[in-house]
Amino acid sequence: MAQNRVKCLLALVFSVFMLTNANVVVAQEQHPVQAHNTDAATSHKPAEKEFNVTETILEHISDDHSWHLWGHTSIALPVILKTDKGWETFSSAKLMDEHHEPITYTGTTTGYQFKVNTNHETGKKSIVIIGADGNINQAATASILDMSITKNVASMFIAVFLLLAIFLSVAASYKKRGVTTAPKGFQNIMETLILFVRDEIARPNIGEKYFKYMPFLLTVFFFIFINNLLGLIPFIPGGANVSGNIAFTMTLAVFTFIVVNFSGNKNYWKHIFWMPGVAVPMKIFLMPIEVIGIFTKPISLMIRLFANITAGHILVLSLVCLIFIFKSVAASAVAIPFTVFISCIELLVAFLQAFIFTMLSALYIGMATEEHHDDHH
Amino acid sequence: MFLEVNPLVLPELGLVIWSTIAFLVLLFVLTKFAWKPIMAAVKERETGIEEALAKAEKMKAEMAQLQNENEALLAKAREERATLIKEAKETADKMVAAAQEKAKAEYDRIVADAQAAIHQQKNQALTEVKNQVGSMVIEVAEKVLRKQLADKPQQEAYIQELVNGVKLN
Repeated sequence: MAQNRVKCLLALVFSVFMLTNANVVVAQEQHPVQAHNTDAATSHKPAEKEFNVTETILEHISDDHSWHLWGHTSIALPVILKTDKGWETFSSAKLMDEHHEPITYTGTTTGYQFKVNTNHETGKKSIVIIGADGNINQAATASILDMSITKNVASMFIAVFLLLAIFLSVAASYKKRGVTTAPKGFQNIMETLILFVRDEIARPNIGEKYFKYMPFLLTVFFFIFINNLLGLIPFIPGGANVSGNIAFTMTLAVFTFIVVNFSGNKNYWKHIFWMPGVAVPMKIFLMPIEVIGIFTKPISLMIRLFANITAGHILVLSLVCLIFIFKSVAASAVAIPFTVFISCIELLVAFLQAFIFTMLSALYIGMATEEHHDDHH
Repeated sequence: MFLEVNPLVLPELGLVIWSTIAFLVLLFVLTKFAWKPIMAAVKERETGIEEALAKAEKMKAEMAQLQNENEALLAKAREERATLIKEAKETADKMVAAAQEKAKAEYDRIVADAQAAIHQQKNQALTEVKNQVGSMVIEVAEKVLRKQLADKPQQEAYIQELVNGVKLN
């Protein structure tokens, strides 16, 4: 456990370090770029827009209200907003013109003027409400609950659809072929994975009561796995960064937190609040640490998955961006093999992270449901 | 705060809600229609295989037991046969011995009877001889006595003559 906590802490520190650094780079680049642009505007013909690596990568790994395909082509997705004046639903195509520049859209039910705003400091894109004076109406914007089917949500729905299609057909093939015959084809692959989750994850970590937690662990494993894999596909239906999104990993971590703590037995809570086998001052000393531990476990799950998948995406995108940085096709001779290589590793990571998330969830469940042993301490 | 600075580490409520919905839908639908039937099927197959293996093992044990029993039976039969032969031989020997004994006894008896008969006949014959000798002696004596009365030398000659004439048959 201590090792896990250290790892999680390292991951946190590392990701924070990386992200703040990245922003420093953005901040540094912005001024010269602007200066250059003004120069270009005066001395040259309309110059090629300066390529900003950080902006490009961040745009790729963050969520969006439309699904960008290529150039100025993108799939419009439904925007669903809840404001203080009620719900507003419209197509994301209404928020941009043919050059992908944001435009304002006047809501039909609320009358608010909606516009996609890019925060200049963070690069974060979000829908804001523009007041009558042309500035952002902060009070109304704060009331927005953005329930849009964004790129990530749409990608997640594709994942859900795929999982349902795969496993309902696999379940049907059991019904059709009977249980005594050996599994075949797709059924065989899925059975191998299911048995992997059962025999390598659930049984060794949970023990006797593993059967009860199998549905949860299987769902978590396959949901993460398929989202990881979809994220590796560079175009539709992949390309979104669902499992590298902190909201997604947080949701799954919260589910693990709920399952672990709701299945925690007397022994588990006793180990948290009144550690057996140590002196009373030590018990008091350990109590807050253990209570923090309840929360650090799912937080470590959340950050591990998020950081690993996001890092993978950043790595692949950075290698592709090398071509644009050097502005030479020759750079692709280096960049493309490396991208392929890293993508292969990312395939492994896609499986590994799904495995680790599920394995640690099973481990925490196992710790929470473990019966009392005298030789434990 | 870096959380405000970095959009990457700031969870959006909309995505959280949609993730929750997606996960719960998956969890319930897959549990009901996929995980439970699949797990049950896999378990059923595994128990089936286990049972088949156990059955095969049992059959093997039974076969071995049967074979053992057969062997034991065979050994027992062999032993019985040996005993029977031995007993038969003993009986036969006994019978032969008894017959021999009986024959010998009969022979002895016959011999004894014959000897007894011979002995009796010999005695009878001797008695007859003795009787005849006696009567002859008496006849001779009579004749002697009658001649004696006449002449002495003649008497003696006569005796001599008689004696010569007596021939013991």
